[in-house]
Amino acid sequence: MSEIRLQIDGKEVTASEGMTVLEAAQSAGIYIPTLCHHEKLEPFGGCRLCIVEVEVGSWKKLVVSCVYLAEENLKVRTRSEKIDRIRKILVEMLLAHAPESPQLQDLAVEYGADRDRFEKEASFCIHCGLCVRYCAEVKKKNAVGFVDRGIRKEIGFIPEIALKECNNCKECFPLCPTSYLQAAFVLTESLASGGPTGGQTFEKV
Amino acid sequence: MDIERIDRIIDRHQCQPSSLIQILLEIQSENHWLPKEALERISRKLDVPLSRIQHIATFYKAFSLVPKGRYEIHICMGTACHVRGAPRILDTVQDLIGIKPGETDLDLKFSLETVNCLGCCALGPVMEINGKTHGKLSPAETIDVLKSYE
Amino acid sequence: MKRLNSPEELEKFRQDIISKRAPDKPCITLCSGSACQATGSRDVAARIEEEIKKQGLSDKVDIRKTGCHGFCEQGPIIVIHPEGICYFRIKPGDVPGIISQTIKEKKVIEHLLYIDPVTKKKIVHESEIPFYKNQERLVFGSNGSIDPRSIDDYLAIGGYSALGKIFSGMTPEKVLEEVKKSNLRGRGGGGFPAGKKWEGSRSAPDDTKYVIVNADEGDPGAYMDRSLLEGNPHSVLEGLTIGAYAIGSHEGYIYVRQEYPLAVENITLAIKQAEAYGFLGENILGSGFDFNVIVHQGAGAFVSGESTALMTALEGRVGEPRPKYIRSNVKGLWNKPTVLNNVETWANVPLIIDKGADWFTQFGTEGSKGTKIFSLVGKITNTGLVEVPMGITLKDIIYKIGGGIPGGKKFKAVQTGGPSGGCIPEELLDLEVDFDQLTKAGSMMGSGGMIVMDEDTCMVDVARYFIHFLTDESCGKCLPCREGLRQMDKILTNITEGKGKEGDIELLEELSETIIAASLCALGQSAPNPFLSTLRYFRDEYEAHIKDKRCPALSCNELISYYIDPDKCRACMICLKKCPVDAIDGGKKKIHIIDQEKCTNCGTCLEVCPSRFSAVKKISGEPVPAAVPEEKRIIEKGTASPA
Repeated sequence: MSEIRLQIDGKEVTASEGMTVLEAAQSAGIYIPTLCHHEKLEPFGGCRLCIVEVEVGSWKKLVVSCVYLAEENLKVRTRSEKIDRIRKILVEMLLAHAPESPQLQDLAVEYGADRDRFEKEASFCIHCGLCVRYCAEVKKKNAVGFVDRGIRKEIGFIPEIALKECNNCKECFPLCPTSYLQAAFVLTESLASGGPTGGQTFEKV
Repeated sequence: MDIERIDRIIDRHQCQPSSLIQILLEIQSENHWLPKEALERISRKLDVPLSRIQHIATFYKAFSLVPKGRYEIHICMGTACHVRGAPRILDTVQDLIGIKPGETDLDLKFSLETVNCLGCCALGPVMEINGKTHGKLSPAETIDVLKSYE
Repeated sequence: MKRLNSPEELEKFRQDIISKRAPDKPCITLCSGSACQATGSRDVAARIEEEIKKQGLSDKVDIRKTGCHGFCEQGPIIVIHPEGICYFRIKPGDVPGIISQTIKEKKVIEHLLYIDPVTKKKIVHESEIPFYKNQERLVFGSNGSIDPRSIDDYLAIGGYSALGKIFSGMTPEKVLEEVKKSNLRGRGGGGFPAGKKWEGSRSAPDDTKYVIVNADEGDPGAYMDRSLLEGNPHSVLEGLTIGAYAIGSHEGYIYVRQEYPLAVENITLAIKQAEAYGFLGENILGSGFDFNVIVHQGAGAFVSGESTALMTALEGRVGEPRPKYIRSNVKGLWNKPTVLNNVETWANVPLIIDKGADWFTQFGTEGSKGTKIFSLVGKITNTGLVEVPMGITLKDIIYKIGGGIPGGKKFKAVQTGGPSGGCIPEELLDLEVDFDQLTKAGSMMGSGGMIVMDEDTCMVDVARYFIHFLTDESCGKCLPCREGLRQMDKILTNITEGKGKEGDIELLEELSETIIAASLCALGQSAPNPFLSTLRYFRDEYEAHIKDKRCPALSCNELISYYIDPDKCRACMICLKKCPVDAIDGGKKKIHIIDQEKCTNCGTCLEVCPSRFSAVKKISGEPVPAAVPEEKRIIEKGTASPA
């Protein structure tokens, strides 16, 4: 595999072919914030926090480093006024859902995010997709999935599969930045095992 | 919906996973909704995770996981219709039938959905019921049209 | 149906068809596009068939049910050939007269003709009507001459000659050169040069390549692709096949919205017919080139029309866009080189090959060659589909072709580019319509929706409408689009309801910056455009809503009140009786007063008040004047009515 030389925040970094900018940065010990990234999973590109500025020739553009492949002679900046502004407002949008999340609180401090900027939302899922993707790609059980789209999007367990598999697994629980996942699981378990609707299926809310 | 009908539709598409959405569309069209048994059957025959089918069935407006009414009302809320007063038509229908978009009345007679453009912009505001398009509506005309459906 | 095995056989067969058609034989063409069907053209068609039989003319007169003619405001439309006599707003009852007078006696029926609103003169021939005359209907014009369900009709007007030409000695490279030379830019919204896109796929090192027709026309207010696919499906198939040959693809997909059942039907039938004749399938026209086409339906999601989302849907997964930086023409469907183009783009290809890139480039501007089909809708007199050369001014489209604003209202803005575009105000009406000019003005070409707005349209509400549409259609995968649009929707809704506050505009601008910079796909990246463009040209409306709680267009329900002017009211009781919530107090000869507590702002009173009184008005941003005291409410006998 050939080597690629690029520059991140002024530092010379060597990456191997096929590496993303994020992987290259992490291998060189340069920190870029992420929420939906996991080394065992395919890049999702959902949280957009890992956004960086890349310079290719005379072209400057903003890209998400978890997806963008490292290129020879690429110049990357992980912080700038605009990038910081964007990350701040992204964190503020997330804090409206999950103000207590430790990960979000750390990011809020770093970027000066105001947790009360936006009105609190009812759901505290932040759609990082780690639970869904982990169960699909690593455990290959597909016990939990997405439901609906846009602002109505939720995660939901398939009761039949979850009842069989989850008690012995629960590997996705610690991945969840907001603990929403545990709540969803407990709810599904109680609905499925005994409630009057017993085994009620996923419905559009 | 019986398993044979579902199987026939799946086999017509050669059990191809890439035809998942097409299969769901056919079942929805024949049955007017997607029962859970149908989704489980498709998951097994196509070897596709049920969670993916769950996502697709809830992602797209064409699918319903609950039974629909005999008459499906679609009110166009596209830009041209909006500018010509579609919100008032929607209010009129909601008031008359007593349901909101996404709902079905208790008699299973009418189901209401809003659509983002039916492509009949010259006739705005437009309401489509079971494939029949009614255009250039006023609130009073809307009431007449609805009353004509038994 | 015999299979045609060479371009020569095709030409011979075509001449055969033409020779059997007498050019002077009377033919009644009836527009049977979806819009005309909705206004009753099916009943008219049935009546025509009945009358022709009744009057014994079955083998003397042809009937042709064509696709959309474009003049949708005036449908159902009949054109009588060979004279070209054009009748509008036809009802079944008009048919017997048309057959006996116009067909048999060659007499024109005056009251069915188009009346020019300016000269007030009646116009007989389609070609003289301003709506049609000022267009350049290169692609769309054939709709009026063919039955979309008849491949022979398409052959009779020269269809598939481009296909015959490429298999008569043109290499794929030559085809690609011609398309590149034509400078054809994508008609779906992006405006990317088609030739360049094709070249990227052609040179990609992979044996399996795909071509896709994007017929998921999702922009609300746009229906050009619908009418093309319904009215001339073979033109799209021919273009697709030519493109497949140029890049080396053997499998094509047509992704159609399921909300277009007639289009799905007609294209599916067209594919079967093309296969039977040997224009699709194996060894097309004896060339050794194989190509197959499959139709896939959408299921009701605007975002699935985005190219990466569409490809994901074709793979049987949820139609969400993919975060990627490698272009689809290199790694697209199933990670293979894929050329995805819009319906109209493909429909242009046969013309370019048949008549040559040099012919094509004589139309349009330097940066945008050819024509564009627009759906001209909203507050416009001549609603319909228009095809114009790039470079025509907005003013000409709206006034010369569109006939201006109805009801004597004043033009305010025209919205182009759908939810990704922007509004263009009056001062820019001399703008020459092309890709770059529209982008410079803060809007974009988009797929071709052109929504005209007048003085009664609130521009803040327009921004709110589009943002709301996008929150409904967002796939929800990425944070800035999902949450950012949610917040913008809330703020804009508050503004239209009189709950706007200082700092709202700045917050909306900040959100816009993040959404544009950080969104995963073009839906999000262009979502703030309607807000930014209305803010650019109509900032005063935003400020009025926020500071004065006033809607200058008198449109936002929460900010207006209906008021009956006591000086004008003649107590005729019409509004009183029609009010659905009994909010009007009054009686015969007693001036009416609206009870603001009960009033729901439905506007019925304004609609029904006789125009000679015009006593009802809308007010905004000021309190409703105090009610006239009881004694003053009685209208005395003999009181002079107001001037």
